[in-house]
Amino acid sequence: MALAPPITNIEELKSHPALGRLVGWNASVVQEAKFDREELTIWVAKESIREVAAILRDSSDCPFNYLADLTCVDWYPSEPRFEVVYHLLSISKKERVRLKVRLDGSSPAIESVTSVWPAADFYEREVFDLFGVRFTGHPNLKRILMPDDWEGHPMRKDYPVEGYR
Amino acid sequence: MTQFPTLVPDTVGEPDQDSTMILNMGPQHPSTHGVLRLILEIDGETVLRLRPEIGYLHTGIEKTCEAKFYQQVVPLTDRIDYLCPMTNNLAYCLAVEKLLGMEIPPKAQWMRVLMNELTRINSHLVWLGTHAMDLGAMTVFLYCFREREDVLRFFEMVSGQRMMTSYFRIGGLALEPPIGFFEKVKKFADRFPGNVDEYENLLTGNPIFMMRTKGIAYLSAEDAVALGACGPTMRGSGIDIDLRRDAPYTGYENFKFKVPVRTEGDVFARYLCRVQELRESIGIVQQALAGMPEGPIKADSPKVVLPDREKMKTQMEALIYHFKIITEGFTVPAGEVYQAIESPRGEMGYYVVSDGTAKPYRVHMRGPSFANLRALATMCEGQLIADVIAAIGSIDVVVGDIDR
Repeated sequence: MALAPPITNIEELKSHPALGRLVGWNASVVQEAKFDREELTIWVAKESIREVAAILRDSSDCPFNYLADLTCVDWYPSEPRFEVVYHLLSISKKERVRLKVRLDGSSPAIESVTSVWPAADFYEREVFDLFGVRFTGHPNLKRILMPDDWEGHPMRKDYPVEGYR
Repeated sequence: MTQFPTLVPDTVGEPDQDSTMILNMGPQHPSTHGVLRLILEIDGETVLRLRPEIGYLHTGIEKTCEAKFYQQVVPLTDRIDYLCPMTNNLAYCLAVEKLLGMEIPPKAQWMRVLMNELTRINSHLVWLGTHAMDLGAMTVFLYCFREREDVLRFFEMVSGQRMMTSYFRIGGLALEPPIGFFEKVKKFADRFPGNVDEYENLLTGNPIFMMRTKGIAYLSAEDAVALGACGPTMRGSGIDIDLRRDAPYTGYENFKFKVPVRTEGDVFARYLCRVQELRESIGIVQQALAGMPEGPIKADSPKVVLPDREKMKTQMEALIYHFKIITEGFTVPAGEVYQAIESPRGEMGYYVVSDGTAKPYRVHMRGPSFANLRALATMCEGQLIADVIAAIGSIDVVVGDIDR
Protein backbone atom coordinates (compact mmCIF):
# COMPACT_ATOMS: atom_id res chain seq x y z
CA MET A 1 0.00 0.00 0.00
CA ALA A 2 1.71 3.17 -1.17
CA LEU A 3 1.07 6.40 0.68
CA ALA A 4 -1.21 8.84 -1.11
CA PRO A 5 0.24 12.35 -1.46
CA PRO A 6 -1.18 14.79 1.09
CA ILE A 7 -3.88 17.24 -0.01
CA THR A 8 -3.19 20.82 1.06
CA ASN A 9 -5.71 22.78 -1.01
CA ILE A 10 -8.30 24.27 1.36
CA GLU A 11 -10.95 24.39 -1.37
CA GLU A 12 -10.70 20.63 -1.95
CA LEU A 13 -10.99 19.86 1.75
CA LYS A 14 -14.01 22.03 2.47
CA SER A 15 -16.30 19.01 2.54
CA HIS A 16 -14.87 18.04 5.94
CA PRO A 17 -17.31 19.40 8.54
CA ALA A 18 -14.65 21.05 10.72
CA LEU A 19 -12.92 22.93 7.90
CA GLY A 20 -16.17 23.82 6.18
CA ARG A 21 -17.49 25.26 9.42
CA LEU A 22 -14.33 27.31 10.11
CA VAL A 23 -14.06 28.69 6.58
CA GLY A 24 -17.75 29.53 6.63
CA TRP A 25 -17.33 31.38 9.94
CA ASN A 26 -14.13 33.31 9.28
CA ALA A 27 -11.76 32.15 6.55
CA SER A 28 -8.88 34.29 7.84
CA VAL A 29 -8.31 32.12 10.95
CA VAL A 30 -7.38 29.10 8.82
CA GLN A 31 -3.70 29.40 7.98
CA GLU A 32 -3.18 26.01 6.39
CA ALA A 33 -4.86 22.66 6.06
CA LYS A 34 -3.51 19.26 5.24
CA PHE A 35 -5.15 15.90 4.64
CA ASP A 36 -2.55 13.22 5.09
CA ARG A 37 -2.89 9.51 5.97
CA GLU A 38 -6.64 9.98 6.28
CA GLU A 39 -6.30 12.60 9.01
CA LEU A 40 -7.13 16.27 8.66
CA THR A 41 -4.90 18.89 10.24
CA ILE A 42 -5.87 22.55 10.41
CA TRP A 43 -3.42 25.27 11.40
CA VAL A 44 -5.28 28.14 13.00
CA ALA A 45 -4.24 31.63 14.07
CA LYS A 46 -2.89 31.77 17.60
CA GLU A 47 -5.05 34.71 18.70
CA SER A 48 -8.35 33.01 17.86
CA ILE A 49 -7.85 29.50 19.25
CA ARG A 50 -10.48 29.89 21.95
CA GLU A 51 -13.09 31.21 19.52
CA VAL A 52 -12.25 28.46 17.02
CA ALA A 53 -12.67 25.90 19.77
CA ALA A 54 -16.05 27.30 20.77
CA ILE A 55 -17.23 27.46 17.14
CA LEU A 56 -16.30 23.84 16.53
CA ARG A 57 -17.82 22.66 19.81
CA ASP A 58 -21.13 24.40 19.18
CA SER A 59 -21.43 23.45 15.52
CA SER A 60 -24.95 22.13 15.00
CA ASP A 61 -24.39 19.49 12.32
CA CYS A 62 -21.14 18.03 13.67
CA PRO A 63 -20.29 19.24 17.19
CA PHE A 64 -16.69 18.56 18.17
CA ASN A 65 -17.66 18.32 21.81
CA TYR A 66 -14.89 15.98 22.97
CA LEU A 67 -11.28 17.03 23.43
CA ALA A 68 -9.47 13.73 22.99
CA ASP A 69 -5.94 14.98 23.45
CA LEU A 70 -3.88 18.12 23.81
CA THR A 71 -0.12 18.10 23.47
CA CYS A 72 2.83 19.98 22.06
CA VAL A 73 5.71 19.42 19.66
CA ASP A 74 9.02 21.25 19.96
CA TRP A 75 10.67 22.02 16.59
CA TYR A 76 13.86 23.43 18.12
CA PRO A 77 15.95 25.13 16.71
CA SER A 78 13.60 26.30 13.94
CA GLU A 79 11.05 29.09 14.48
CA PRO A 80 8.15 29.20 15.25
CA ARG A 81 9.42 26.70 17.73
CA PHE A 82 6.34 25.15 19.35
CA GLU A 83 3.23 23.61 17.89
CA VAL A 84 0.34 23.02 20.30
CA VAL A 85 -1.77 20.15 19.00
CA TYR A 86 -5.47 19.57 19.77
CA HIS A 87 -7.19 16.33 18.82
CA LEU A 88 -10.94 16.70 18.66
CA LEU A 89 -13.65 14.10 18.32
CA SER A 90 -17.31 14.49 17.51
CA ILE A 91 -19.06 11.88 19.62
CA SER A 92 -22.28 11.89 17.61
CA LYS A 93 -20.70 11.90 14.13
CA LYS A 94 -17.48 10.03 15.02
CA GLU A 95 -15.41 12.55 13.08
CA ARG A 96 -11.91 13.56 14.11
CA VAL A 97 -9.87 16.65 13.41
CA ARG A 98 -6.49 17.91 14.53
CA LEU A 99 -5.98 21.61 15.26
CA LYS A 100 -2.52 23.10 15.42
CA VAL A 101 -1.22 26.43 16.61
CA ARG A 102 2.30 27.69 16.05
CA LEU A 103 4.07 29.55 18.87
CA ASP A 104 7.36 31.45 19.08
CA GLY A 105 10.12 30.08 21.22
CA SER A 106 10.92 33.30 23.13
CA SER A 107 7.95 33.42 25.46
CA PRO A 108 5.38 30.86 24.33
CA ALA A 109 1.88 31.67 25.52
CA ILE A 110 -1.59 30.91 24.24
CA GLU A 111 -5.13 31.33 25.46
CA SER A 112 -6.46 28.41 27.49
CA VAL A 113 -9.36 26.35 26.13
CA THR A 114 -10.48 25.14 29.57
CA SER A 115 -13.54 27.38 29.31
CA VAL A 116 -14.58 25.47 26.18
CA TRP A 117 -13.55 21.94 27.16
CA PRO A 118 -12.90 21.51 30.91
CA ALA A 119 -11.04 18.34 29.89
CA ALA A 120 -8.16 20.58 28.83
CA ASP A 121 -7.36 21.26 32.49
CA PHE A 122 -4.82 18.46 33.06
CA TYR A 123 -3.53 18.46 29.49
CA GLU A 124 -2.64 22.13 29.56
CA ARG A 125 -0.93 21.70 32.90
CA GLU A 126 1.07 18.85 31.43
CA VAL A 127 2.16 20.91 28.42
CA PHE A 128 3.04 23.81 30.72
CA ASP A 129 5.04 21.46 32.94
CA LEU A 130 6.96 19.63 30.23
CA PHE A 131 7.28 22.31 27.51
CA GLY A 132 6.96 25.61 29.36
CA VAL A 133 4.08 26.89 27.25
CA ARG A 134 1.90 29.27 29.28
CA PHE A 135 -1.89 29.05 28.95
CA THR A 136 -3.44 32.38 29.81
CA GLY A 137 -6.75 32.11 31.57
CA HIS A 138 -6.12 28.62 32.92
CA PRO A 139 -7.59 28.55 36.44
CA ASN A 140 -4.79 26.54 38.00
CA LEU A 141 -1.63 26.53 35.90
CA LYS A 142 0.82 24.54 38.02
CA ARG A 143 3.26 21.74 37.37
CA ILE A 144 1.52 18.38 37.28
CA LEU A 145 4.03 15.58 36.68
CA MET A 146 7.33 17.11 37.81
CA PRO A 147 7.95 18.35 41.36
CA ASP A 148 6.93 21.96 42.03
CA ASP A 149 10.53 23.13 42.48
CA TRP A 150 11.83 21.50 39.29
CA GLU A 151 13.91 23.70 37.02
CA GLY A 152 13.48 23.56 33.25
CA HIS A 153 10.99 21.80 31.03
CA PRO A 154 12.09 18.22 30.31
CA MET A 155 10.30 17.58 27.01
CA ARG A 156 12.01 20.47 25.27
CA LYS A 157 14.46 19.31 22.64
CA ASP A 158 17.34 21.28 24.19
CA TYR A 159 16.88 19.42 27.48
CA PRO A 160 19.19 16.36 27.52
CA VAL A 161 17.58 12.92 27.65
CA GLU A 162 19.68 11.93 30.68
CA GLY A 163 18.84 15.22 32.42
CA TYR A 164 21.40 17.64 33.79
CA ARG A 165 23.96 15.89 35.97
CA MET B 1 -27.39 23.10 23.97
CA THR B 2 -25.53 21.25 26.67
CA GLN B 3 -24.26 23.13 29.67
CA PHE B 4 -20.56 22.77 30.26
CA PRO B 5 -19.21 23.03 33.78
CA THR B 6 -16.81 25.88 34.47
CA LEU B 7 -13.56 25.34 36.29
CA VAL B 8 -12.68 27.34 39.35
CA PRO B 9 -9.22 28.11 40.74
CA ASP B 10 -7.96 25.24 42.82
CA THR B 11 -7.47 26.16 46.46
CA VAL B 12 -7.43 22.68 47.95
CA GLY B 13 -4.65 22.44 50.48
CA GLU B 14 -4.99 26.06 51.55
CA PRO B 15 -7.45 25.87 54.44
CA ASP B 16 -9.11 29.21 54.94
CA GLN B 17 -12.31 28.17 56.65
CA ASP B 18 -12.36 26.87 60.18
CA SER B 19 -14.91 24.14 59.53
CA THR B 20 -12.98 22.20 56.89
CA MET B 21 -10.00 19.95 57.18
CA ILE B 22 -7.41 18.68 54.72
CA LEU B 23 -6.98 14.91 54.53
CA ASN B 24 -4.17 13.32 52.63
CA MET B 25 -4.86 9.95 51.03
CA GLY B 26 -1.90 8.14 49.52
CA PRO B 27 0.53 7.88 47.79
CA GLN B 28 1.02 4.80 49.98
CA HIS B 29 -2.54 3.66 50.46
CA PRO B 30 -3.82 0.21 49.50
CA SER B 31 -7.02 1.45 47.91
CA THR B 32 -5.43 3.95 45.55
CA HIS B 33 -4.15 1.17 43.25
CA GLY B 34 -0.58 2.35 43.00
CA VAL B 35 1.06 5.59 43.96
CA LEU B 36 -1.89 7.89 43.45
CA ARG B 37 -2.21 10.68 45.99
CA LEU B 38 -5.49 12.43 46.64
CA ILE B 39 -5.85 15.54 48.74
CA LEU B 40 -9.33 15.83 50.17
CA GLU B 41 -10.91 18.88 51.69
CA ILE B 42 -13.48 17.49 54.07
CA ASP B 43 -16.23 18.74 56.28
CA GLY B 44 -16.84 15.97 58.77
CA GLU B 45 -17.18 12.86 56.61
CA THR B 46 -18.21 14.76 53.48
CA VAL B 47 -15.71 15.49 50.72
CA LEU B 48 -16.02 19.08 49.59
CA ARG B 49 -13.26 18.99 47.04
CA LEU B 50 -10.74 16.50 45.83
CA ARG B 51 -7.44 17.13 44.14
CA PRO B 52 -5.36 14.34 42.59
CA GLU B 53 -1.61 14.79 43.02
CA ILE B 54 0.17 12.77 40.39
CA GLY B 55 3.68 12.30 39.08
CA TYR B 56 5.08 9.85 41.63
CA LEU B 57 5.57 7.28 38.87
CA HIS B 58 6.70 9.71 36.17
CA THR B 59 9.59 8.10 34.32
CA GLY B 60 9.74 10.28 31.22
CA ILE B 61 8.84 7.51 28.79
CA GLU B 62 7.83 10.04 26.11
CA LYS B 63 11.28 11.62 26.32
CA THR B 64 13.00 8.23 26.24
CA CYS B 65 11.09 7.30 23.07
CA GLU B 66 12.71 10.19 21.21
CA ALA B 67 16.14 8.64 21.78
CA LYS B 68 15.22 5.14 20.55
CA PHE B 69 14.70 3.56 17.15
CA TYR B 70 11.09 2.94 16.18
CA GLN B 71 11.26 -0.78 16.97
CA GLN B 72 12.93 -0.13 20.33
CA VAL B 73 9.91 1.84 21.54
CA VAL B 74 7.66 -1.26 21.58
CA PRO B 75 9.02 -2.62 24.92
CA LEU B 76 8.59 0.83 26.48
CA THR B 77 4.90 0.87 25.62
CA ASP B 78 4.33 -2.27 27.74
CA ARG B 79 5.37 -0.38 30.80
CA ILE B 80 2.87 2.45 30.48
CA ASP B 81 -0.23 0.49 31.32
CA TYR B 82 1.10 -2.69 32.85
CA LEU B 83 -2.31 -4.36 33.03
CA CYS B 84 -2.91 -4.22 29.29
CA PRO B 85 0.52 -4.43 27.64
CA MET B 86 -0.76 -5.74 24.33
CA THR B 87 -3.23 -2.90 23.91
CA ASN B 88 -0.38 -0.44 24.17
CA ASN B 89 1.80 -2.46 21.81
CA LEU B 90 -1.08 -2.50 19.35
CA ALA B 91 -1.77 1.23 19.47
CA TYR B 92 1.88 2.08 18.90
CA CYS B 93 2.39 -0.51 16.15
CA LEU B 94 -0.76 0.64 14.34
CA ALA B 95 0.41 4.26 14.49
CA VAL B 96 3.82 3.44 13.01
CA GLU B 97 2.29 1.12 10.41
CA LYS B 98 -0.03 3.94 9.39
CA LEU B 99 2.96 6.26 9.06
CA LEU B 100 4.72 3.66 6.90
CA GLY B 101 1.58 2.84 4.88
CA MET B 102 2.09 -0.84 5.66
CA GLU B 103 -0.45 -3.63 5.35
CA ILE B 104 -0.62 -6.47 7.84
CA PRO B 105 -1.45 -10.07 6.83
CA PRO B 106 -4.86 -11.39 7.99
CA LYS B 107 -3.53 -13.98 10.42
CA ALA B 108 -1.53 -11.33 12.28
CA GLN B 109 -4.62 -9.12 12.45
CA TRP B 110 -6.80 -11.89 13.86
CA MET B 111 -4.14 -12.87 16.36
CA ARG B 112 -3.98 -9.22 17.41
CA VAL B 113 -7.72 -9.17 18.00
CA LEU B 114 -7.56 -12.45 19.93
CA MET B 115 -4.70 -11.33 22.17
CA ASN B 116 -6.18 -7.88 22.60
CA GLU B 117 -9.44 -9.32 23.91
CA LEU B 118 -7.58 -11.69 26.25
CA THR B 119 -5.73 -8.60 27.49
CA ARG B 120 -9.06 -6.88 28.11
CA ILE B 121 -10.23 -9.89 30.11
CA ASN B 122 -6.97 -9.87 32.08
CA SER B 123 -7.29 -6.19 32.86
CA HIS B 124 -10.98 -6.36 33.78
CA LEU B 125 -10.32 -9.34 36.07
CA VAL B 126 -7.70 -7.36 38.01
CA TRP B 127 -10.11 -4.44 38.19
CA LEU B 128 -13.02 -6.61 39.35
CA GLY B 129 -10.96 -8.39 41.99
CA THR B 130 -9.42 -5.27 43.49
CA HIS B 131 -12.59 -3.19 43.21
CA ALA B 132 -14.60 -5.85 45.03
CA MET B 133 -11.89 -6.25 47.65
CA ASP B 134 -11.89 -2.50 48.30
CA LEU B 135 -15.58 -2.84 49.06
CA GLY B 136 -15.09 -5.82 51.35
CA ALA B 137 -15.75 -8.79 49.06
CA MET B 138 -12.61 -10.86 49.44
CA THR B 139 -13.73 -14.03 47.66
CA VAL B 140 -14.16 -12.42 44.26
CA PHE B 141 -10.52 -11.38 44.30
CA LEU B 142 -9.38 -15.00 44.63
CA TYR B 143 -11.73 -16.17 41.88
CA CYS B 144 -10.62 -13.41 39.49
CA PHE B 145 -6.94 -14.06 40.02
CA ARG B 146 -7.53 -17.77 39.38
CA GLU B 147 -8.79 -17.00 35.85
CA ARG B 148 -6.23 -14.24 35.36
CA GLU B 149 -3.52 -16.83 35.91
CA ASP B 150 -4.86 -18.77 32.91
CA VAL B 151 -4.73 -15.66 30.73
CA LEU B 152 -1.20 -14.86 31.87
CA ARG B 153 -0.17 -18.40 30.92
CA PHE B 154 -1.46 -17.72 27.39
CA PHE B 155 0.68 -14.60 27.29
CA GLU B 156 3.64 -16.64 28.42
CA MET B 157 2.97 -19.24 25.72
CA VAL B 158 3.06 -16.76 22.85
CA SER B 159 5.66 -14.29 24.06
CA GLY B 160 7.63 -15.90 26.88
CA GLN B 161 6.52 -13.16 29.27
CA ARG B 162 3.60 -12.92 31.63
CA MET B 163 3.27 -9.15 31.81
CA MET B 164 5.70 -7.17 29.64
CA THR B 165 4.86 -9.09 26.51
CA SER B 166 6.03 -6.91 23.57
CA TYR B 167 4.34 -9.52 21.39
CA PHE B 168 3.08 -7.19 18.67
CA ARG B 169 5.83 -5.77 16.50
CA ILE B 170 5.81 -3.18 13.76
CA GLY B 171 4.66 -5.20 10.75
CA GLY B 172 3.03 -8.11 12.55
CA LEU B 173 3.78 -10.42 15.45
CA ALA B 174 7.00 -11.48 17.13
CA LEU B 175 6.45 -15.25 16.91
CA GLU B 176 4.05 -17.90 15.64
CA PRO B 177 1.74 -19.07 18.44
CA PRO B 178 3.01 -22.44 19.73
CA ILE B 179 1.41 -25.82 18.98
CA GLY B 180 -1.60 -26.45 21.20
CA PHE B 181 -2.16 -22.77 21.93
CA PHE B 182 -5.52 -22.43 20.20
CA GLU B 183 -6.89 -25.60 21.85
CA LYS B 184 -6.00 -24.26 25.29
CA VAL B 185 -7.57 -20.86 24.60
CA LYS B 186 -10.68 -22.64 23.27
CA LYS B 187 -11.00 -24.65 26.49
CA PHE B 188 -10.67 -21.46 28.53
CA ALA B 189 -13.19 -19.60 26.37
CA ASP B 190 -15.75 -22.38 26.78
CA ARG B 191 -15.36 -22.35 30.54
CA PHE B 192 -15.08 -18.60 31.17
CA PRO B 193 -18.77 -17.50 30.87
CA GLY B 194 -19.49 -19.84 33.78
CA ASN B 195 -16.79 -18.08 35.79
CA VAL B 196 -18.36 -14.70 35.07
CA ASP B 197 -21.65 -16.11 36.40
CA GLU B 198 -19.76 -17.00 39.56
CA TYR B 199 -18.54 -13.43 40.03
CA GLU B 200 -21.96 -12.02 39.30
CA ASN B 201 -23.59 -14.39 41.79
CA LEU B 202 -21.33 -12.94 44.44
CA LEU B 203 -21.75 -9.28 43.54
CA THR B 204 -24.59 -8.22 41.23
CA GLY B 205 -27.45 -9.05 43.58
CA ASN B 206 -25.46 -8.68 46.78
CA PRO B 207 -27.23 -6.09 49.00
CA ILE B 208 -23.99 -4.88 50.64
CA PHE B 209 -22.28 -4.42 47.28
CA MET B 210 -25.34 -2.64 45.86
CA MET B 211 -25.54 -0.28 48.83
CA ARG B 212 -21.89 0.59 48.42
CA THR B 213 -22.20 1.25 44.67
CA LYS B 214 -25.72 2.30 43.65
CA GLY B 215 -26.13 6.05 43.32
CA ILE B 216 -22.52 6.62 44.39
CA ALA B 217 -20.09 8.91 42.54
CA TYR B 218 -22.61 10.05 39.96
CA LEU B 219 -21.28 11.43 36.69
CA SER B 220 -23.76 12.95 34.24
CA ALA B 221 -23.46 12.40 30.50
CA GLU B 222 -22.67 16.10 29.93
CA ASP B 223 -19.90 16.05 32.52
CA ALA B 224 -18.47 12.84 31.12
CA VAL B 225 -18.10 14.43 27.67
CA ALA B 226 -16.90 17.81 28.93
CA LEU B 227 -14.32 16.34 31.31
CA GLY B 228 -13.01 13.96 28.68
CA ALA B 229 -13.90 10.73 30.47
CA CYS B 230 -13.65 7.64 28.30
CA GLY B 231 -14.27 3.93 28.11
CA PRO B 232 -16.60 2.22 30.62
CA THR B 233 -16.64 5.41 32.72
CA MET B 234 -18.30 7.16 29.78
CA ARG B 235 -20.52 4.26 28.75
CA GLY B 236 -21.74 3.98 32.33
CA SER B 237 -23.04 7.54 31.94
CA GLY B 238 -25.05 6.74 28.84
CA ILE B 239 -22.68 7.80 26.04
CA ASP B 240 -22.65 5.09 23.40
CA ILE B 241 -19.10 5.05 22.09
CA ASP B 242 -16.67 2.22 21.48
CA LEU B 243 -13.80 2.71 19.07
CA ARG B 244 -13.75 -0.98 18.17
CA ARG B 245 -17.16 -0.50 16.57
CA ASP B 246 -17.05 3.19 15.60
CA ALA B 247 -13.55 3.39 14.14
CA PRO B 248 -12.54 -0.24 13.54
CA TYR B 249 -8.85 -1.07 13.49
CA THR B 250 -6.90 -4.29 12.94
CA GLY B 251 -9.94 -6.09 11.52
CA TYR B 252 -12.53 -5.46 14.26
CA GLU B 253 -15.10 -4.82 11.52
CA ASN B 254 -15.21 -8.61 10.99
CA PHE B 255 -16.46 -9.32 14.52
CA LYS B 256 -19.92 -9.11 15.99
CA PHE B 257 -20.29 -7.81 19.52
CA LYS B 258 -22.53 -5.54 21.57
CA VAL B 259 -21.43 -2.40 23.34
CA PRO B 260 -22.91 -2.36 26.85
CA VAL B 261 -24.21 1.08 27.81
CA ARG B 262 -25.89 2.08 31.09
CA THR B 263 -27.51 5.40 31.82
CA GLU B 264 -27.35 5.49 35.64
CA GLY B 265 -23.87 7.07 35.73
CA ASP B 266 -22.93 5.61 39.12
CA VAL B 267 -20.36 3.08 40.32
CA PHE B 268 -22.82 0.21 39.85
CA ALA B 269 -23.48 1.18 36.22
CA ARG B 270 -19.77 1.18 35.47
CA TYR B 271 -19.49 -2.21 37.17
CA LEU B 272 -22.29 -3.64 35.02
CA CYS B 273 -20.71 -2.26 31.83
CA ARG B 274 -17.39 -3.89 32.58
CA VAL B 275 -18.84 -7.26 33.59
CA GLN B 276 -20.89 -7.31 30.38
CA GLU B 277 -17.74 -6.45 28.45
CA LEU B 278 -16.11 -9.57 29.87
CA ARG B 279 -18.86 -11.63 28.24
CA GLU B 280 -18.62 -9.73 24.93
CA SER B 281 -14.83 -10.13 24.90
CA ILE B 282 -15.02 -13.87 25.31
CA GLY B 283 -17.50 -13.87 22.40
CA ILE B 284 -14.93 -12.08 20.25
CA VAL B 285 -12.28 -14.59 21.36
CA GLN B 286 -14.57 -17.44 20.25
CA GLN B 287 -15.13 -15.78 16.86
CA ALA B 288 -11.41 -15.18 16.42
CA LEU B 289 -10.64 -18.84 17.22
CA ALA B 290 -13.31 -20.10 14.83
CA GLY B 291 -12.22 -17.96 11.90
CA MET B 292 -8.45 -17.82 12.38
CA PRO B 293 -6.95 -17.57 8.87
CA GLU B 294 -3.78 -19.31 7.75
CA GLY B 295 -0.77 -17.51 6.37
CA PRO B 296 2.20 -15.40 7.39
CA ILE B 297 2.30 -13.46 10.67
CA LYS B 298 4.59 -10.68 9.41
CA ALA B 299 4.25 -8.19 6.58
CA ASP B 300 6.45 -8.79 3.56
CA SER B 301 8.68 -5.79 4.09
CA PRO B 302 12.28 -6.92 4.67
CA LYS B 303 13.57 -3.41 5.40
CA VAL B 304 11.22 -2.99 8.38
CA VAL B 305 10.36 -6.45 9.67
CA LEU B 306 13.12 -8.61 11.15
CA PRO B 307 13.69 -11.84 9.17
CA ASP B 308 12.95 -15.23 10.71
CA ARG B 309 15.77 -16.66 12.79
CA GLU B 310 16.16 -19.59 10.39
CA LYS B 311 16.52 -17.33 7.34
CA MET B 312 18.88 -15.02 9.16
CA LYS B 313 21.25 -17.91 9.80
CA THR B 314 21.13 -19.38 6.29
CA GLN B 315 20.61 -16.49 3.85
CA MET B 316 23.10 -13.71 3.26
CA GLU B 317 20.47 -11.14 2.30
CA ALA B 318 18.37 -11.79 5.40
CA LEU B 319 21.48 -11.43 7.56
CA ILE B 320 22.25 -8.04 5.99
CA TYR B 321 18.71 -6.77 6.60
CA HIS B 322 18.79 -8.07 10.16
CA PHE B 323 22.09 -6.30 10.81
CA LYS B 324 20.87 -3.05 9.28
CA ILE B 325 17.57 -2.98 11.20
CA ILE B 326 19.30 -3.69 14.50
CA THR B 327 22.16 -1.20 14.05
CA GLU B 328 20.57 1.62 12.03
CA GLY B 329 16.83 1.11 12.46
CA PHE B 330 14.55 1.91 9.54
CA THR B 331 13.45 5.30 8.32
CA VAL B 332 9.81 6.33 8.42
CA PRO B 333 8.39 8.91 5.97
CA ALA B 334 7.83 12.31 7.56
CA GLY B 335 4.34 12.93 8.84
CA GLU B 336 2.17 12.52 11.88
CA VAL B 337 -0.51 10.13 12.99
CA TYR B 338 -2.96 9.94 15.89
CA GLN B 339 -4.06 6.36 16.39
CA ALA B 340 -6.73 5.80 19.01
CA ILE B 341 -7.87 2.36 20.11
CA GLU B 342 -10.26 1.10 22.75
CA SER B 343 -8.21 -0.06 25.70
CA PRO B 344 -9.92 -1.68 28.72
CA ARG B 345 -10.00 1.79 30.30
CA GLY B 346 -11.06 3.81 27.28
CA GLU B 347 -9.47 5.71 24.44
CA MET B 348 -5.76 4.93 24.30
CA GLY B 349 -4.24 7.28 21.74
CA TYR B 350 -0.74 7.38 20.32
CA TYR B 351 0.37 10.55 18.59
CA VAL B 352 3.55 9.81 16.66
CA VAL B 353 5.43 12.48 14.70
CA SER B 354 8.11 11.45 12.24
CA ASP B 355 10.73 13.74 10.71
CA GLY B 356 11.90 11.12 8.22
CA THR B 357 14.68 9.62 10.36
CA ALA B 358 14.94 6.26 12.14
CA LYS B 359 13.88 7.68 15.51
CA PRO B 360 10.45 9.11 16.31
CA TYR B 361 10.51 12.88 16.63
CA ARG B 362 7.73 12.86 19.19
CA VAL B 363 5.63 10.14 20.77
CA HIS B 364 2.72 11.23 22.91
CA MET B 365 0.52 8.78 24.75
CA ARG B 366 -3.01 9.81 25.53
CA GLY B 367 -3.70 7.68 28.56
CA PRO B 368 -7.32 6.85 29.37
CA SER B 369 -6.66 6.90 33.13
CA PHE B 370 -5.24 10.42 32.89
CA ALA B 371 -8.50 11.59 31.32
CA ASN B 372 -10.70 9.66 33.74
CA LEU B 373 -8.82 11.02 36.73
CA ARG B 374 -10.04 14.53 35.91
CA ALA B 375 -13.60 13.22 36.11
CA LEU B 376 -12.86 11.61 39.51
CA ALA B 377 -12.54 15.02 41.15
CA THR B 378 -15.99 15.99 39.91
CA MET B 379 -17.75 12.75 40.79
CA CYS B 380 -16.40 12.69 44.37
CA GLU B 381 -17.58 16.16 45.37
CA GLY B 382 -20.25 15.88 48.04
CA GLN B 383 -19.63 12.17 48.61
CA LEU B 384 -18.49 10.46 51.81
CA ILE B 385 -14.84 9.55 52.29
CA ALA B 386 -15.64 5.83 52.17
CA ASP B 387 -17.30 6.35 48.77
CA VAL B 388 -14.14 7.86 47.35
CA ILE B 389 -12.67 4.35 47.58
CA ALA B 390 -15.56 3.00 45.50
CA ALA B 391 -15.15 5.85 42.99
CA ILE B 392 -11.42 5.21 42.51
CA GLY B 393 -12.11 1.56 41.86
CA SER B 394 -14.90 2.37 39.44
CA ILE B 395 -12.76 4.41 37.06
CA ASP B 396 -10.08 1.69 37.13
CA VAL B 397 -6.96 3.84 37.45
CA VAL B 398 -3.55 2.53 36.50
CA VAL B 399 -0.98 4.98 37.72
CA GLY B 400 1.63 3.95 35.17
CA ASP B 401 -0.79 5.10 32.52
CA ILE B 402 -1.34 8.47 34.24
CA ASP B 403 2.26 9.39 34.98
CA ARG B 404 4.07 7.75 32.06
